[in-house]
Formats: sequence, structure tokens, C-alpha cells
Amino acid sequence: MLFRILDKTELARLFEELAGNRIIGPVSRGSDRQGAPIYSFEVVYDFAELRLDYTTTRMPAKRFFLPYRETLCSFAVHGRAWGKIVDFNIYQPQILFGLHPCDINALNKLDKVLMQSVYPTPYYSSKRRNMFIIGLDCMPQPFCFCRSMGTDTALHGFDMFLTDLGDRYFVEIQSAAAFNYLKNITAREPTEADHVRYREVAAEKNSKFTAQVDTTDLTKILDMEFQSEVWQHWGGRCLSCGTCANVCPTCYCYGVEETVDLDLRGAVKTKHLYSCNVVDFAEVAGGHNFRPDSHSRLKYRYYHKHRGFVEAFEESLCVGCGRCGEACLARINVPEVIASVRKGEV
Amino acid sequence: MATPLSYLGVELSRPKVAFFELSSCEGCQLQLLNNEASLLDFLSLVEVVQFREAMTEKRDDYQIAFVEGSVTRSDQVARLVEIRQRAKVLVAFGSCACFGGVNQLKNRFADSDWVKREVYGSFPIDTDTVRPLRAVVPVDLEIYGCPVKKEDVERIVTDLVLGKTVCHPKYPVCMDCKANENICLFDLGEPCLGPITRGGCDAWCPNNRLGCWGCRGPAEVANVAELQRIMTEHGFSAETMLDRLECFGGFGAYTEELATMVRNERGGT
Repeated sequence: MLFRILDKTELARLFEELAGNRIIGPVSRGSDRQGAPIYSFEVVYDFAELRLDYTTTRMPAKRFFLPYRETLCSFAVHGRAWGKIVDFNIYQPQILFGLHPCDINALNKLDKVLMQSVYPTPYYSSKRRNMFIIGLDCMPQPFCFCRSMGTDTALHGFDMFLTDLGDRYFVEIQSAAAFNYLKNITAREPTEADHVRYREVAAEKNSKFTAQVDTTDLTKILDMEFQSEVWQHWGGRCLSCGTCANVCPTCYCYGVEETVDLDLRGAVKTKHLYSCNVVDFAEVAGGHNFRPDSHSRLKYRYYHKHRGFVEAFEESLCVGCGRCGEACLARINVPEVIASVRKGEV
Repeated sequence: MATPLSYLGVELSRPKVAFFELSSCEGCQLQLLNNEASLLDFLSLVEVVQFREAMTEKRDDYQIAFVEGSVTRSDQVARLVEIRQRAKVLVAFGSCACFGGVNQLKNRFADSDWVKREVYGSFPIDTDTVRPLRAVVPVDLEIYGCPVKKEDVERIVTDLVLGKTVCHPKYPVCMDCKANENICLFDLGEPCLGPITRGGCDAWCPNNRLGCWGCRGPAEVANVAELQRIMTEHGFSAETMLDRLECFGGFGAYTEELATMVRNERGGT
């Protein structure tokens, strides 16, 4: 790993260097009724729009590489004949400017499923391979439990990673592309004083975590607590609205729908990201529903994240960003659900 | 006569359709006519034999009848029964036809005589309890919404012509709303029935920063009790919740307890 020190004023120049591409970064969208700022990932045209001091975005950056609705292919029909048109929906490289470690780790996890599996999905891969990621360290919010999930730092999955040292950034360089971009920017080798400051910042971050999830033996405990009554409790509160999956940076489940155009001259196959908490998620042809109850659907969401994925990949599918708990109107959140399962009571 | 319809070489029959209205604002029918970009395609797909809002010709040899509006008068019962007899497929078109719609709000008045006097004076008004179509005749298909969403109608009609199963989304409005990356209206201090209302409208109102009023009726799972708790937590009264639940009539099965509560509260003050 190469390290560099970048003066804060130089970051705007880096932005300009990259500006020939599509830059996506955190921007402010106003504040909620409590006065808390609302941030979201948007296409950014001006460095001044970027809010690198952002806490967390309500929605993940998912729509830029795993859109909520995506046309998989369209068909042109001429008489008995038909032609298929496939478009991966990526037209230029995307720069993700200022992703926090949780969201970088989320991408790494998605890669395992969508790129490194037996049947990689070209719609995701094409966007993922045309991506330049600038990571950015953050300070934990009251709902962040990334520390518990081991995703509070990003070891890989970025081109460069910035840590705010006050008037300067500590830069980790992990790709040749990043190294080349920095050639045109004034950057210097870190000194011992920079290393000391970096460790101070890291220690401050570590001291600020409040939420946590005990993952010790969690896969086994989940197996043992399959019939636990706590699931009924959380299921009783669940609205089955799918919000948790939509705000989750790693939820990738989807449905596919085929529709014929009104003029009968074409058809499209559309993919919609779906949620395992929605009532017909496990409904099959013939109408049988394997998970008709809210509590069983909610339970399976936790089992996929914290048990099934761990079994397959030796890591959880949850990155501890806390978005689902914050977005859930019923206040169902991972730390409380897992704690209740461990205790056997709510 | 238009060229026969076909899809992938398979000939399709072009259904004769008619549009009717009972007690309603005719806004759902207007939705279709408003859709100028695809109106001609729509008219190529079906043969409209009766549509008072759009044409003067009138034939009764329809196969599919789209009926907008609720049943409020005795003559409408007779008319609806007649339409039912003629039509192979009867479609309840819009929330009034499906649930009674805004009209059914009057069912809340135990004594409607003073309202009639206030509004119509001495003019005699024949109006009875508002009922959805299915309370009077069997209904084959319901298209929800106040108004219906034209894209939804076009998809359903295309499926009917192709002989595909017509499916309604089972998920609530929140799914569409989140896919559109809207900021949750509860975060902005606005009440919303999105979590319990049937989706498929592309979160039309929340996209425009208006909380959902539940016009499409309950989603397949509607955790009304939990949403009521959430409303209270966000500082909205039981009456605010009840107003929305009762507005279009889709939540009739869920409102009794809440209505009693609100009435008792009102009685107490």
C-alpha cells in the first residue's frame, strides 16, 4: 500500500481531474422535521456540492450499480419473428467520491454474490468494472454498528481512501489508476507526525461507537432460536413494507416481470429489487406461500444476513450501517433484534 | 375495420369494450382520454362501443364493461344489473367502484336528511347508502386508484387482450416510494398511509410530497395497528388516521375500533 498526504485544497483539483467521468457523491437534501440533515448520493457536477462531512445517507448508493428497476432486455416483434435487445445500462465510468467503509464493504460482499459466483450477472459486473472508488473515513453515528460486523474499515475494494487529519487528508492508494490521477496533484510522503495524527483520529473513531451487535457464535444461536417467541414479537410490529431491504446496501433479491407493449410490437423484461419481507416473496406458481406470516419473513431476512451468508462466505451480509433500523417506522433494528434473540426475550 | 390483432403470429380477438359511470366524478375515464401519447394504441387494441365521455355512438354489444362510480340510487342498481348481464367481464373501474370511494363518506352520517336540506333545499334527492359494485353484482376485476393510473389500466387491458393473468402488486406503496428514493414523509412531518396501502401507483402522491391517503385500499398485508402506533408516535391524532382510512372506503374492515375511539374522544370534549 502506498500512502500520501494531500492538502485539503488539493481535493478540488482531484475532482477536476476526474470530472470527465460521471461523479457520484454525497450531497445535502435539506433536513428532516427534527432538524437532522438528509444526505443522498447524487451525480455531482460541482465540487462545492459535495458534502464530505456527511454522516450517512438515508439511501445507499445502490441505484448506481444495482438499480431498483432495470430493463434486462427488450424485444422487437415483427409478425412471427422477434429480436432481442440487451443493454447493460452503463454508458460511462462512474466515480464514487466519498464512500464510507460500510458502503465499500457492501460492494465487496455484493461482488461475492453477483460477480464471483457460478453465474455472474453482467448487468452488475459491467457497472462494477467501470467504477473508480474514493473511500472516506467517518465518525460513527449512534446507530452505526459496523465495528461489530468488522466493516468499520475497508481493506480493499477502493482505488484510494481518504482519512481526514484536520487540514489534510491521509491517502491510501490501492490502484494504478489512483496513483496516476495523483501524479497531477500536489501530494507528499507522510511524515512521522502524520502517522501519529492518523492514529489519533483512528482512536477517536474507535472511542465513539455506541451501538453494537454481539456476533459471537451467532450462527449457532440463530439455529437454536429458530422457534423463539421473539420472532413473533418483531413480526407483529413489522409492516411488511420492504423498506429495510430498499435502504440496505447489500440486499440484492429481485423479481423479474415481462410486459408486452400496448401496441403489441414489443415487450420488455424488467428486474425489480424486491424484499423478503413483502408478503408474496416466497409465493410460488400454484399460489402456495412458504412464508405467509410476517414473523417468518422477518426471521428469514435475519437468517440470510447473519447465518446463511456466513455459512457460504464466512462473513455476514450485514455491514452495520444501521440504515434499516433508522428507516423502519416500526423501529425494528438489528442490534435490538439480535440482542433479543440471544436473550430469548424482548 | 382495423387490421386484425396478432402477437407473435397468434391472432387475438379485439374485445368490444364500453365505459359506464355511476356516482363518480368521471375522473378515471378522463385519465384514459388524457393519455394522448398512447390513446391511439389503446384504441387499436380494443373496440370501444360505448364511452359517453368520448363518443356519441352507443352500442350495447360489449364484452368488457368498465364501470366507474359507486351505487347510490335504486335506478343505478337496475342499470348495473343490466350491464352485468350483457358483459362477459365486468371491471370495477377506480376506487368508487371498488370501495365506494369518496362518496361513501356520507355513510357516516346517521341522519342525512339535514345534509340534503342544507345542500338541495326542498328539491327531492333519491340517495341511499353508498355501495361498491361488488355489493350489488359479481365483479370480475378491480382496478384501484383515485383516479386509476393510466399505465396500470393499459397494462391490465393488454394482459386481458393477450389472455394473461391480471396481477395486482401485493406490496405497499413504500416499495415504489423507496425505489424512487423519496425522503420518508414521516421524516418531513407528514402523515402517510403508504406502509399499509396497495402499491402499483408508483407512489404518485409521495413523489409529490403528499402523504398517501390510501385510495388503492389495503395492501395484502396491512398492519394498521402498528401504523396507528407510529402515527401517535409522530404526533398525529387518531382522527387524522381515521380521516385517511375512511376517505376512499378501502379500509372499511379496519376502521371500526378507531372510529369508536375517536367518537368517544369527541364525546368527551
